Amino acid sequence: MRRTLVVLLALLLLGGGLFWGLTVPQRLAPDRIGSLARADATRGARIFWAGGCASCHAAAAAKGFDRLRLGGGAALVTPFGSFYPPNISSDPQHGIGGWSLADFANAMQHGVDPEGRHLYPAFPYGSYRRMTKGDVADLYVYLRTLPAVAADAPDNDLRFPFTLRRGIGLWKLAFLRGDGPVVALPPTATPAAKAGQYLVEGPGHCGECHSPRMLGGAGGLDASRWLAGAPSAEGKGKVPNITPVKSGIGGWSTAEIAEYLATGFTPDYDSVGGSMVEVQANMAKLTPDDREAIAAYLKAVPAVAKEL
Amino acid sequence: MITRFIAAFALVVMAVPVVAQPAGPIAARQAMMKQNGRDTGAGAKMLKGEVAFDPASAAAIFKNMNDVAKKFASQFPKGSETGGDTEAAPAIWTKPAEFKAAVMKFEADTGAAFAAKPATLDAFKAQFIVVTGNCKSCHESFRIKKN
Repeated sequence: MRRTLVVLLALLLLGGGLFWGLTVPQRLAPDRIGSLARADATRGARIFWAGGCASCHAAAAAKGFDRLRLGGGAALVTPFGSFYPPNISSDPQHGIGGWSLADFANAMQHGVDPEGRHLYPAFPYGSYRRMTKGDVADLYVYLRTLPAVAADAPDNDLRFPFTLRRGIGLWKLAFLRGDGPVVALPPTATPAAKAGQYLVEGPGHCGECHSPRMLGGAGGLDASRWLAGAPSAEGKGKVPNITPVKSGIGGWSTAEIAEYLATGFTPDYDSVGGSMVEVQANMAKLTPDDREAIAAYLKAVPAVAKEL
Repeated sequence: MITRFIAAFALVVMAVPVVAQPAGPIAARQAMMKQNGRDTGAGAKMLKGEVAFDPASAAAIFKNMNDVAKKFASQFPKGSETGGDTEAAPAIWTKPAEFKAAVMKFEADTGAAFAAKPATLDAFKAQFIVVTGNCKSCHESFRIKKN
């Protein structure tokens, strides 16, 4: 009896130790951090709009200059609870003005904050980890040029057990992919399609909403159904299939996709709606070349007809 | 006699799917949005230079949209929240004041654009941008894509 208890206790300790060991937040290797000396805020502005930072971190329905006030935005209401996007303004106390480039890169690409805590994957670091270190550094210096907002965003309001940040370590072990491409483009893919692959799979993080997730929506993105549409994370309606199939956007030309990203109108003059309104406003800030690259990539990805 | 009766009966049966349009507010509001889409397309073709600008067509676009705007808000009675492939968001019924305000803005913008009688392509473009800005601002909160 006593022996059983001892063995049980030992197993518990071992299990706890294993959990603790497996979920240690990992930081980026020093050679994965870009150079501040070569960073450029103008280039960073492009990454800012491609990455859609304002859509979550600026106040809900912010327009014009207010989209650059990144004090934290509307809650993302999910089955796990409400995630409140934090203040990422240049304020040193309430925002991230005190962060080093290494701190920023670790948050963006490893989902680890400067205190060494895991960040929730509602922040799409699973996509941002594909960004070049140069782009991360450019974005870092651009964000420092934006206004400081001296107020904290509300804390997340999550259900147990999602309140346990350490558990995100297990999620990362199971679902966080490397920083390589998600899909293999055909050998005939144009340079534009390859440029678009970087924008879509990396900073643009389109797959985070347009691809279904494993584990009933709680897991990582299902690469075999990349961009094939998914239930909305906020529980209402569906995020459309944007692969080149009939039930997706196979009927749209490259020019029509680029036009949609620029103006918000589909080929039959329906308009953008829902969360995509914010995204399209960001895409409209890119150059025509970038929008055409995104369109070329969307024409080149594997066609996935079957929906979940 | 019997053959004539059968023939008449067959005609009626065949005609039913053609004649019977889906009725009710869901179909009506969907048809209104389709009309808006056609008018937006007609305007976009002029802006792109695919069709020559002409003041009468420009006026007709804003008139059609204004007609839709005047009738649109009343197409969402209780009981029409679901069914018929509706993409209407629950917010239309949970935030009725905001929804009505959005439709009234569309009515005001289309009315002003029609009254302005744009005589040049540039004048038309300025009005068209204001008017079509209503599409996404309203769809952002009040439409939910189902497919």
